[in-house]
Amino acid sequence: MTQPASGTLKKTPLHARHRALGARMVDFAGWDMPVEYTGIVDEHMAVRTRAGLFDVSHMGEIEIAGADALKAVQHITTNDASRLSTNQAQYSALTTSTGTFVDDVLTYRLADDHFMLVVNASNIIKDFNWISQNIQGIGDAAAVNTSSRYALIALQGPVAREVLQTLTGVDVARIKYYWFSTGEVAGVRVTISRTGYTGEDGFEVFAPPSAAERVWDAILQAGKSGGVVPAGLGARDTLRLEAAMRLYGNDMDETTTVLEADLGWIVGWKKEEFIGADVLRAQKASGTSRKLVGFEMLERAIGRHGYDAYVGGEKAGVVTSGTQTPYLKKAIGMAYLPSDRTAAGTEFEVDIRGRRTKAAVVPLPFYKRAK
Amino acid sequence: MYPADLKYTKDHEWVRLGGADARVGITEYAQKQLGDVVYLELPQVGRTLKKGEVFGTIESVKAVSELYSPVDGEVTEVNSALVQRPESVNSDPHGSWMIAVRVRGESGDLLSADQYTTLTK
Repeated sequence: MTQPASGTLKKTPLHARHRALGARMVDFAGWDMPVEYTGIVDEHMAVRTRAGLFDVSHMGEIEIAGADALKAVQHITTNDASRLSTNQAQYSALTTSTGTFVDDVLTYRLADDHFMLVVNASNIIKDFNWISQNIQGIGDAAAVNTSSRYALIALQGPVAREVLQTLTGVDVARIKYYWFSTGEVAGVRVTISRTGYTGEDGFEVFAPPSAAERVWDAILQAGKSGGVVPAGLGARDTLRLEAAMRLYGNDMDETTTVLEADLGWIVGWKKEEFIGADVLRAQKASGTSRKLVGFEMLERAIGRHGYDAYVGGEKAGVVTSGTQTPYLKKAIGMAYLPSDRTAAGTEFEVDIRGRRTKAAVVPLPFYKRAK
Repeated sequence: MYPADLKYTKDHEWVRLGGADARVGITEYAQKQLGDVVYLELPQVGRTLKKGEVFGTIESVKAVSELYSPVDGEVTEVNSALVQRPESVNSDPHGSWMIAVRVRGESGDLLSADQYTTLTK
């Protein structure tokens, strides 16, 4: 069982709120974070049917600014940042020279010459060092780790828009998916981004840490009648998996390439160059030997992260994420399999604590919200 | 919170002694730590268990945990209805027995409700 969180862990500006709400806390990448308040299933269903409020302040922010900031971002990330307008964001990756993931990131264009990368909590220092080293010599571009300047609060679910609208003068319905705007929420100056990690409509609000509690309390209060509940990292994980969103450290890392993770759509193929471009272009041309796929268990069991996958009696891959999904009520997951075994319907086996258990490849995502 | 007529282990199982066979389940503390239970794997009737031996697994959305026998003995009954509705472990942990065991030898070394309450504080 999970050990209680210890006193040496980092705390977000909302830590006291989580304690007061009775959350079960766990060590997540060195942070004392809420894993659940009332239960993963409850919170998952609330997000699918109403809305959930998540503290994701542990996520990191790294800003890159200067006359050559675009050139720097183009060099270190896979997606084509030149396509971003100011106030627009894109999913992207920091890659090694072999096309594997240093991290997956969201790139925000704050201004013509000013970008912000939102990075995984576990990778903040690694990413910052990687970026600093790799933008040296790109002229006028400097990277700053601004993680401590932001609390990040995500409101996700079908009622998110109407709840947030009651607290701000910004017309949030006009913020398009993967765009953002600045304004006030509950009287606090914030950035409102129409992004999320749940497969639902929703917003992520970047707030000053000193005002995080005010924003958090105001959203919970405004959402009370609409059934908005606080939601923890447990539900965040089951929600993102239903939506087939990758989790760094589970589904991809420095040993897996962007194309193996089946994320070719976050590569700007028309860009001139970026770190790892040669390898990714070669893989695009000739294919990869393995690929990340979605699967469903055909027997009553959960294939979890790290469990081996077998094809025809031979060990052939590995499960990267797996859970029982509260909404679809099935055991689902993602796994790396040999590329010639990734067609939908292909059966394979997962070694679940010594027992070979049947699974089948299914198309991703598992869940897509009705528009 | 912990019924006085049950005995407890440090691994968070409870056992109801007395009567022909002892019944075994997991505690309120354990279900809370696990969260939403989705699968339960229990042994075959007739299996011999040693105290501390794994007799099954319980799986929540979040994690898998092993179930440890609180006593020596032979499995005489398995609660297959609970396997079909494992979420009952969350709603009624002390009423959700998993296996019945014909206890062999001394059952000693188990915790009282008071001792267990202290342990889980």
